[in-house]
Amino acid sequence: MTAVDLAGVVVGDELPALELRVTRADLVRYAGASGDFNPIHWNDRTAAEVGLPGVIAHGMLTMALAGRLVTRWAGDPAAVRSYGVRFTRPVVVPDDDEGALLELTGKVAEVRESDADGARIARIDLTARFDGKTVLGRASAEVTLPA
Amino acid sequence: MPDESYVGRQLPPTEPYQVGREKIREFATAIGDDSAVCHDLAAARAAGHPDLVAPPTFSVSFTMPQIEAFLRDPDFGWDYSRMVHGDQSITLHRPIHGGDELVTTIHVDDLRTRAGSHMLTLRCEVADNAGEPVLTTKTLLVTQAASA
Repeated sequence: MTAVDLAGVVVGDELPALELRVTRADLVRYAGASGDFNPIHWNDRTAAEVGLPGVIAHGMLTMALAGRLVTRWAGDPAAVRSYGVRFTRPVVVPDDDEGALLELTGKVAEVRESDADGARIARIDLTARFDGKTVLGRASAEVTLPA
Repeated sequence: MPDESYVGRQLPPTEPYQVGREKIREFATAIGDDSAVCHDLAAARAAGHPDLVAPPTFSVSFTMPQIEAFLRDPDFGWDYSRMVHGDQSITLHRPIHGGDELVTTIHVDDLRTRAGSHMLTLRCEVADNAGEPVLTTKTLLVTQAASA
């Protein structure tokens, strides 16, 4: 994958948007990869018992998927220095082949030099929408830009 | 009722978690990250890394089970079954690489009860086997307080 030219990054630049579908199979795969086997992420009965509208995606899966917007733009997962989100709404994943649609956007909120090592750092503010509503709050990542 | 005397305490460091190359590939695949440095050893080395690079949120695959073990300890008194993940931050002092042996120390930073919910902030300090810091995570977990 070719990264965009990051030499001229300025505040306000928008990252290429990303639309992703999350299916039940994705939840099962993520459960295995992450070790998070909480049944609310794969069992309708358990989800209903705890008052959820259905099986929901792992918050950390949604965070990881939104993070792909940043790593794809930066062209390097090792460029990420920090990443934080609030989980504000669940992503309900139906038991069908379509899954849930996540709409991811991001823009450059700040460009600065690191006090520690002088590297140029961009702060990216992210939005993740499901069903027309944001599911992550205060989602923000810091990325080292090429020298 | 969670035991408030834990606030300000740190738990004993974990046994080292060895980051497996295949675990990195499995995790990257599960989140749909096809970056070459997560999958292709030659590409990772060509980019200056000693081994495969883990995606930025990879650390949850070992810190969350360590957190779960603490929260399921009846001594602490946490209702794990109704827990919700409130927020999460990860600060990487360097990328995680295949072959790293990482020791996690969980710090109980805060516990408060508000509007019928217990809100617990845990911080994980993760270091390599030379004691050098690798990453810091902060996790806010929320569970319903038992109705009176």
